[in-house]
Order: sequence, then C-alpha cells, then structure tokens
Amino acid sequence: MQKKITLPLTDADIDSLKAGDRVLLSGTVFTARDAAHKRMIEQEKEGIPFPIDVEGQVIYYTGPTPAKPGEVIGSAGPTTSGRMDLYTPRLLEKGLKGMIGKGYRNEEVKAAIKQHRAVYFGAVGGAAALIARSIKSVEVIAYEDLGTEAIRKLTIENFPVFVVNDAHGGDIYQEGVAQFRQEQ
Amino acid sequence: MREIQYQAIVDEVSDMCKRANYDLGDDVYSAFKKALSAEKSETGKEVLTQLIENADIAKTERVPMCQDTGTAVFIVELGQDCHVTGGSLVDAINEGVAKGYDEGYLRNSMIYNPLNRKNTGNNTPAIVHLELVEGDELTLHMTAKGGGAENMSAMKMLKPSDGIEGAKDYILSIVKVAGPNACPPLVVGIGIGGNFERCTYLAKKSLFRPVGERHEDPAIAELEEELLNEINRLGIGPQGMGGSTTALDVKVEVESCHIAALPVAVNLNCHASRHQTTTMK
Repeated sequence: MQKKITLPLTDADIDSLKAGDRVLLSGTVFTARDAAHKRMIEQEKEGIPFPIDVEGQVIYYTGPTPAKPGEVIGSAGPTTSGRMDLYTPRLLEKGLKGMIGKGYRNEEVKAAIKQHRAVYFGAVGGAAALIARSIKSVEVIAYEDLGTEAIRKLTIENFPVFVVNDAHGGDIYQEGVAQFRQEQ
Repeated sequence: MREIQYQAIVDEVSDMCKRANYDLGDDVYSAFKKALSAEKSETGKEVLTQLIENADIAKTERVPMCQDTGTAVFIVELGQDCHVTGGSLVDAINEGVAKGYDEGYLRNSMIYNPLNRKNTGNNTPAIVHLELVEGDELTLHMTAKGGGAENMSAMKMLKPSDGIEGAKDYILSIVKVAGPNACPPLVVGIGIGGNFERCTYLAKKSLFRPVGERHEDPAIAELEEELLNEINRLGIGPQGMGGSTTALDVKVEVESCHIAALPVAVNLNCHASRHQTTTMK
C-alpha cells in the first residue's frame, strides 16, 4: 500500500502515518547534513537565526554528487541520520516536521519526534540515481561554501520513502526486525 | 624489466574510478536478483527492487549509483620486474583519482584533516596498499568505499581462549549494532589473525573478492557459509527494515598471528560493493 503526500505535512498527514508505510512525497524539502547542521546550531547559540525557517518543513540528509551538464542534480541518496542526532531535537523544537535519511535515531530524537508530532522517513540508502529522478529543481539557499553540504531547496515529485519513526512511537527498524529475527 | 608510463596509470585509474561508480559488478547485480527471489519481507522486496532499478539507471545514464562515491582504496600488486617511469606510482594513482572524480562528476568526500575538516577538493588522497609480487605486471584493484558502512566497522583483540565461538559472537554483534546504518544488504569482510593493523587490512582485502565466490580453503569457505546463514537469521533485512537478506555475502581472510593473540576485524560494505581490477602489461 503506497500513500501519496504533498508537502508541507499537515497534522492530519502526520497522524495518519505509521512506521512501515510506503510513501511518495511531493513538494519542497531542504537539504542539510553534518556541517550545515553544526553551523546552524552553533550560530543560533551566538544569536544568528537559522538561514531557513524550519517550521513545518522537511529536511533531507544528503550530499549530492555534482550535476552533469544539463542535469538538475547529480545522484542524491540519503546519508546516515544518526550523525545529525545531536542537532535534531532543537530543530524539532523550532517546528521541523520531518526528516529524510537512513539509519537509527537515538532515544532523544525519537522522544522529540513524538513530543513535537513529527515523522522520520527513510529513503533507500544507495538508491541515489533512482531518487535523483524525483528531484525536479534545486536552488542553493545557504552556506554555499560548504559545497555538497550546502543547504539546498529541492522540489520533489513522487520521492520514494518509508516511514521509520512515526509520531505515535512506532519504529520500523525495531518492529520489522523483530518480525524476521530467527532466534539464534 | 617492463616499463609502465606514469600517464598510462593516471588514465587507467581515472577510468576505474568512473566505472566503479557507474557500473555495479555482475556479481553484486546477480546477488540482488537472487536475494529478491528469496526475500520474505514485502518491504525488503521493495528495497531490492529499487536497488536493481537504481543500478540499471546508473549504468545506462553513466551516473553514480550512490551519492557517496567513496574513498578510493587501492590494493596494488607490483611485479618486482616492473618499473614505473615518469613519476611515482602513488602520485600517478592520486592524479588518476583526481581526474576520474572530476571528469566523472563524482563527489569529493576526502578532507585534509579529521579535526579541521576542510575538503581537499579532488577526493585525494587515495588509500594505497602496495604488495610486491613476482613477475613484471602491475595489477590495480580499486574500490570506492562508502562512509556509512565503513563507520560501522570494528576491530577487537580477542583472547585465544575466546576461540571461533568468541569470534563469531563478536562478528554477529557488529552486524547487529550496524543495523540500517551500514546500508544492508551487506557484504561482510572479516580478517582473523595477523596483528593489530594487518587484521583490519585482511578484512578490507577480503571485500575485493567477488560476491558469491567462496574462499579456496574449504574450512574457511565453510565458515563463510555459516556466518552468512547466521547473519541472515538476524532479521535486519534490506535497509534494516526487517527481512531475510541482511548480507549478500561474507568474506573471511585468515593469517598467522602471535601465540597471545586472536585479532578479529569486521569491515562492513554496503550493497554498493564497487570494485574494479585491471592489469597493466
């Protein structure tokens, strides 16, 4: 069963999403990974606001390859989300509603996802050429000096993801594995 | 004495970097197909279907299969009767990597220093392991090694009394902890023996063997099969969302070690197990 969702996420969307759901996302997302997160959070501590208004938005953890001439973007699959765990609770507190990445989130992030009613999506790690096909436009928004790690605004269409952590505490990494684990 | 020109190595390495990132090997591609027919989880099947489609797109459109185009790692077998002219072998490899990553629109992921984190801008330096061999040929084995799986790799100096059971428990524990972070289905590379640094090299080297090919020593081949079976019973599945395919293959390399030691290294590779080999004559 595949759901189609147009971003930004509504409260009703978030409420309806359950860990394990297959979803095609369309709309706008922002890219940010290690260096961009670090800079956003450190600058905020110095009183400099985030370069993007994260309220209601979705962040995609990716560092794309350079675009070939005539292409919108290079290959752009998800990177390991856990490296952003240190910064994510603050972004959720500021109203971020979704993240796209791959891999585990820590307990603090999972609690913040529940508390602030957000959702963590997993894209297929490595499926970067396939995913790039669903990215229709790209604009560098901030931190251009960070190269592949700059913050970009992407317009996406039918971007394939799975719900990993839902707003109700569901976790496909735990539930899915429990279902298939054969006792050793 | 055979002479090989510096520039010939540069050009060959440059092509290898592009091919590695665009063309998933037939060994891995066949393993995806086999896994798809055996996979019990619907989510797992969907992931494998996406991976097959992704490999097809990358190959046809000449784009990287993964945005993490990796650290360029080389195992070089240099014949002792072979001479590189016009410059050094390591310089030629680095120049080839810089050229290939630039021309191939591959991502530059290397930084000068892990503490200052400034990008070198051309994906160098490559990691080069040199093995001096008999003969007058130069064989280059290259992999584009992704960061996600590398980050979940580990090494431990076990005690001799831990034995094979202790080694197996340790290997399984590393795969379990890695879960979705290492981009399963994995290729699990294992080094047993040597010393501290040799052991991790053995684990990396094992990953250069084609997926589906067993070790020539029947006892080690049996251990590989056994570990593959046990890893797939963990239920981690494609992308860690549950399923019967946690690993596509397990590779083991074993070497002599000290009477006090039982070193075990686990070098995880994601499903994008990218390798190229070329012999220059």
